[in-house]
Amino acid sequence: MSFRATFATAVRVLNQLRRDPRTIALLLFVPVVLIFLLDQLFHDRRPVFQQIGGPLLGMFPLIAMFLVTSITMLRERVSGTLERLMALPLAKLDVLAGYAIAFALVAAAQATLVSIVAFGFLGLNTQGPSWAVVLLAISNAVLGMSLGLFVSAFARTEFQAIQFMPAFIFPQILLCGLFTPRSQMAGWLRGVSDALPFTYAYDALHRATALGTFDGRFALDLTVTVGVTVLALALGASTLRRRTG
Amino acid sequence: MIYYRPVNAAPSIVVDRLRIRRGGVVVLDDLSLSVASGRVTGLLGPSGSGKTTLMRAIVGVQIVESGAITVLGEPAGTPPLRWKVGYMTQNPAVYGDLTVRENLRYFGRILGAAPESVEEVLATVDMTSFGDRVVNRLSGGQRARVSLATALIGSPELLVLDEPTVGLDPVLRRDLWKAFNELAAQGKTLLVSSHVMDEADHCHDLLLLRDGKLVATGTPADVRAQSGKQDLDEAFLVLINEEVA
Repeated sequence: MSFRATFATAVRVLNQLRRDPRTIALLLFVPVVLIFLLDQLFHDRRPVFQQIGGPLLGMFPLIAMFLVTSITMLRERVSGTLERLMALPLAKLDVLAGYAIAFALVAAAQATLVSIVAFGFLGLNTQGPSWAVVLLAISNAVLGMSLGLFVSAFARTEFQAIQFMPAFIFPQILLCGLFTPRSQMAGWLRGVSDALPFTYAYDALHRATALGTFDGRFALDLTVTVGVTVLALALGASTLRRRTG
Repeated sequence: MIYYRPVNAAPSIVVDRLRIRRGGVVVLDDLSLSVASGRVTGLLGPSGSGKTTLMRAIVGVQIVESGAITVLGEPAGTPPLRWKVGYMTQNPAVYGDLTVRENLRYFGRILGAAPESVEEVLATVDMTSFGDRVVNRLSGGQRARVSLATALIGSPELLVLDEPTVGLDPVLRRDLWKAFNELAAQGKTLLVSSHVMDEADHCHDLLLLRDGKLVATGTPADVRAQSGKQDLDEAFLVLINEEVA
C-alpha cells in the first residue's frame, strides 16, 4: 500500500464528484429537505420528532454512500478502468482507502450541514454532544461505502445495483429499531435484527441522541459497526481481481 | 520513416505454449512466440482471433490455463512489471467525468511520474489543446488518444497497445506510427495490435494471428516473400486461407 496512490485515488474520486454538481447538491440538500419534512410532519408531536430525528441524521450518509459506492464501483468494473488500475502499481487497498477517504469527507460535509439545520434551526435536541452524531454519521458512511463496494461485485448492470438498495437497505431500516422498538418485535424478527449491522449503527445513534449514555452497549455497537465495515471491505477487496477470465 | 534496430537484446516478451479459455471456449491454444526488444511488433489478425486475450495475458490481467509468459525477464503480471509495462485497452479505459489532464495526472501520480510528463504525453498524442476538456465531451478518436496517453505516462519500457489507431483519421494515424517508431528508437518495445492490415508496413516485425494460432511471423518483407504477394493485404489473405485449406 502506498500513501501516494491512496491520496491520488481520493483526489481523483473527489474530482469526479466535483464535475457532477447535481450529485453534490443532491447529497447535501436532500437530507436537509427530508429532516425539514419530518419536522413539519411531527409539528404537533415533538417527542416523535425528537425520537427519530437524531438517529435519522446519522443514517442518511450510510444510505447515500451505499448507493454512490455501488454505482461508482460498478462503473469502474464495466468501463474497464478497474482492469486498467489492476495493471498498475496500485494495491487494492489503495483503491479502497482512496474511496473511503473521499466519501468520508463528503459524508462529513453532509452530516455537518444537516446537523446544523436540525440542531440549530429545527430545535432537535440531543442528549449527547452534537459532534458525536456527526462522527457516528461519518463512521456509518464508511460502513455504507464498504457494503456498497461489496454488493457491487454482484451487480452486472446499474439497474441491478439500484435494486440492492431495497433488497439490502430497506429490511435493515425496518428492523433496526427505528420504527418499532426491538423489545416489541416478535422473537424471530429480533433474532434477524440482531444479525444486521444497521441495528448496531442505529442503536449507537439512539444512545448518543436520546439517552446520552456512552456505556458498554454503546462500545459494543461501535465495535460491531467498525468490525462489519472492515469485514465488508475485506470481502470487497477480494472481489477486485487482478486477473479475470 | 522507419528506424531499424538490430535484434540484439533478449526478447522483451516470450510466450511459451500458452493456452487460454474464455467463457468455456479455447481462445489461444499452444501459442508460442517472442517479441524483440526495441522494436515495433504488429499483432495482426481478424477480429476474434485472440489479439486482445493475448495482450491481456501479457499485461497480467487474464486468467491463464497453462503455459508461461515471460515479460522483461519476469513472469507476466508480477508486481515489478506494473511499473514497466504501459497498457492501452481496446475500449478507452479513462474516467469520462474527468478532464484529460485530470485523468493523466491520476495515472501519472500512481506511477510516480514527474508532473511535466503529463504535457509530454499530451503532445505525443496531439491533445494539448484539449487538455482541460472533460473526456465525455470528446469524440471517440480523441478519447482513444487520451487512453493511449495514459499508457505512455511514466515512460514504460514495454508498451502493449490494443488497436491504438482504430477510428483515427489518416494524418493522425501516420503521426502516431511515427511516434511509436521514435519510442522504439529510444529503446522501448512496442506490441501494437490492429485488424487493419495496411498498418503492417509501419511495424518492424509482424505476428499474424488467426483463431488463436500464429499463421505468420517475421518482418513485412518476410511475410511478402512467404506469401508471394507484394500487397500486404493480399499477403495476409493468402496466408490465412492457406491455413484453412
